[in-house]
Amino acid sequence: MKADVETNYLTADYRLRSWFLTTDHKRVAVLFFATITLFFFVGGAAATMIRLELATPQADLVRSDIYNRLFTMHGVVMVWFFLIPSIPTTLGNFLVPLMIGARDLAFPRLNLTSWYLFLIGGSVTLYALFVGGVDTGWTFYAPFSTMYSNGHVVLAVLGVFIAGFSSILTGLNFIVTIHRLRAPGLTWYRLPIFIWSLYATSVILVLATPELAITLALVALERITGIGIFNPRLGGDPLLFQHMFWFYSHPAVYIMILPGMGVVSELVTCFSRKNLFGYKFVAWCSIAIAAIGFLVWGHHMFVSGQSPFAGIVFSFMSFVVAVPSAIKVFNWTATLHKGWVSYDAPMLYALAFIGLFTIGGLTGLFLACIAFDVFVTDTYFVIAHFHYIMVGGMVTAYFGGLHYWWPKITGRLYPEYWARAAAILIFFGFNMTFFPQFILGILGMPRRYHVYAPELQVWNVLSSAGASILALAYLLPLFYLGWSLFWGRRASSDPWHATGLEWQTSSPPPKHNFVATPIVERGPYVYTVDGEAVPQNA
Amino acid sequence: MWRNWIPFWEPGVSSYAGDVDLLFAGLLAMSVAVIMLLLVLLAGFAVRYRAGGHADRSHRIRKSWHWEVSWTAATMIGFLGLFAWGASLYLEVYASAPAGLPIYVVAKQWMWKAQHPGGQREINELHVPVNRPVRLIMASQDVIHSFFVPAFRVKHDVVPGRYQDLWFEAEKVGVFQLLCAEFCGTDHSRMSGRIVVLEPAEYEAWLARQDVGGTLAAEGAALFRELGCSGCHFGTSAVRAPPLAGLYGKPVPLAGGGMTIADERYIRDCILNPHAQVPAGYEPLMPSFAGRVSEDELIRLVAYIKSLAAEPRQ
Repeated sequence: MKADVETNYLTADYRLRSWFLTTDHKRVAVLFFATITLFFFVGGAAATMIRLELATPQADLVRSDIYNRLFTMHGVVMVWFFLIPSIPTTLGNFLVPLMIGARDLAFPRLNLTSWYLFLIGGSVTLYALFVGGVDTGWTFYAPFSTMYSNGHVVLAVLGVFIAGFSSILTGLNFIVTIHRLRAPGLTWYRLPIFIWSLYATSVILVLATPELAITLALVALERITGIGIFNPRLGGDPLLFQHMFWFYSHPAVYIMILPGMGVVSELVTCFSRKNLFGYKFVAWCSIAIAAIGFLVWGHHMFVSGQSPFAGIVFSFMSFVVAVPSAIKVFNWTATLHKGWVSYDAPMLYALAFIGLFTIGGLTGLFLACIAFDVFVTDTYFVIAHFHYIMVGGMVTAYFGGLHYWWPKITGRLYPEYWARAAAILIFFGFNMTFFPQFILGILGMPRRYHVYAPELQVWNVLSSAGASILALAYLLPLFYLGWSLFWGRRASSDPWHATGLEWQTSSPPPKHNFVATPIVERGPYVYTVDGEAVPQNA
Repeated sequence: MWRNWIPFWEPGVSSYAGDVDLLFAGLLAMSVAVIMLLLVLLAGFAVRYRAGGHADRSHRIRKSWHWEVSWTAATMIGFLGLFAWGASLYLEVYASAPAGLPIYVVAKQWMWKAQHPGGQREINELHVPVNRPVRLIMASQDVIHSFFVPAFRVKHDVVPGRYQDLWFEAEKVGVFQLLCAEFCGTDHSRMSGRIVVLEPAEYEAWLARQDVGGTLAAEGAALFRELGCSGCHFGTSAVRAPPLAGLYGKPVPLAGGGMTIADERYIRDCILNPHAQVPAGYEPLMPSFAGRVSEDELIRLVAYIKSLAAEPRQ
């Protein structure tokens, strides 16, 4: 059922106002894509400076105050202005209506509002970071942030506060859309796993983000007015801040990784030409992770002085939350069994994701194991662990998804060899950057250290060398994807011979997605034994 | 020793470091096994079932639930084992700290100050005897710091507004690195020091060499009089305040029910926030000393009240 239309969503209207006042979910996705790409390179530039500085044990590139501002900028920008919005607001915005056979999200204008809030929040925070910076680390720990920091804490926090409403609105929009706008015949168990994982993500966005907003508002309140909330000098409790902060920020980790898992599920089935192994288990594992993820925040506080009993309970829950992730890894692997596996660039990213995410997950167990965490918490072991999840996992999945749906979004094919080269380069650059950091961690190098012991230099040099490869590898797609916009071959409606509804309309899709509402007949990943795709709606 | 065989690993040198290292080895072995299994399966499937290959694709696994149940159960059991190992070691080490040599540590931006009961003070250094448990009573004067000695496998945050306890027993004479592990501002990465572990005799000699005004308790006693504490807590004042002799380490029934142990933390809290935990049978009359005494002075007052433990209860 190829949509037979002259214009698509990109060519429907060329005026600027047609972009900035658009309510088309696909255009909003493109707006978000441009914005978060900018933030990705801002955060990446800060990371590059950090790794440059750490190539030697002494301070030689910048002063300590600047170094502290650099890692704060890196963390704040990457967490709130790249990782959290990355897949939901770009691929999610673009694909949710397409995958469920809808014309748009349930609240198109709310969707545009979400982008404006994000833009305003991002601008406020960027302004704070550039006019003087913040030196608290992305965690804003009190009482440092509320009393001792000499940075623009209130402004930075205000930006994150505003951007939080963007998260909430996007989450709300997805939940309502998935409940109300599914095409006829599209039952819950016929939804692509990407939709399941975005649903789980949206639930966390809606439930956890307001709690972060409250926490940040209290930080600003204490800093401005001196009302004692977190500072013990004013009668407050610093651990209260940590409980409140991590009650959001641990679930936020799942906001970042769940959409990545959704993308990988799509890629693995398509490039194995096979139904996803254990579909229902994978689907429900997303929900389980979202639910259990709310009960593990205390594992960030094993050495903070919370009671040993609380520590043990949080340790237990942290092991429990790892089970559904492990189940997903097994199911992706089993999906390859007796499939027809091809190695196009998106699949390379997916395979890289499985390997890197597994290393990140396994080292997460080291940290959940309370007696061992005491030793390595707040060291580079933790840094390495969460970069394996966030960068090795999430960013890799994002790039995989971007390549996979690029023909659908732009109507153009990217150069395959360049894309494979970039994927392989990212994989090696990533491992070279972050694996040495595990070793730095067990050798006792604390995080957020501007100067360090000279005997640790060899590992830092390795890591910095890897980071330079990684930085180049991340720049590559900018060029060849940009090139493809103008000179890439035109994409057919279904270049990967996949099954989902988004592939049953033209590339790029028309303004209202489908010429006729698709009627869904079967599950999302039906392939014959010879690997032939059977579209969901025909 | 087996610990020397883990690549890039320097064995720990405190009494429980061996157990932590063993736990690490266990976690590492499990991880390597899982990663190898996964890589073999991924690579094996990816090559064997590559598009265009001629491997047999018939008889695919259709009913998958028994696979799901099996690997879920296996994962659960494995994880439970690791959890139990980590938790039991943690409880063994931290639930019942041995009575150790008490040393007071005050952290501030960006230095560590240690004070021995005999009145010896040192900055960014801490001398301790080998093979003897040391108990640190730590306080922060400003933001959160974290006392971290990698070689001892030990770390604890030093949160302002409360005492934090930490114990270790060094097993090897030598000099080890002390670091601050919680970000605390500009010179966070320079807030480091040395732990000097000495033979007991050398440690005594070191203590004797230091220039000491008086023991912490003696200085605390002077401060106690200066601040006017003795007026109510001793003597025949009209105000009846709880006697402090024999108090330390004893259970204290609280007004409004409940019990607490009169440890360093309780004594500190009572000086700063006397109305929070009033002993049963007394009126909440004591003024707060918050803002009037520094962490250093608090340490002296606490040391003095502790020194009264040996005296008979009144």
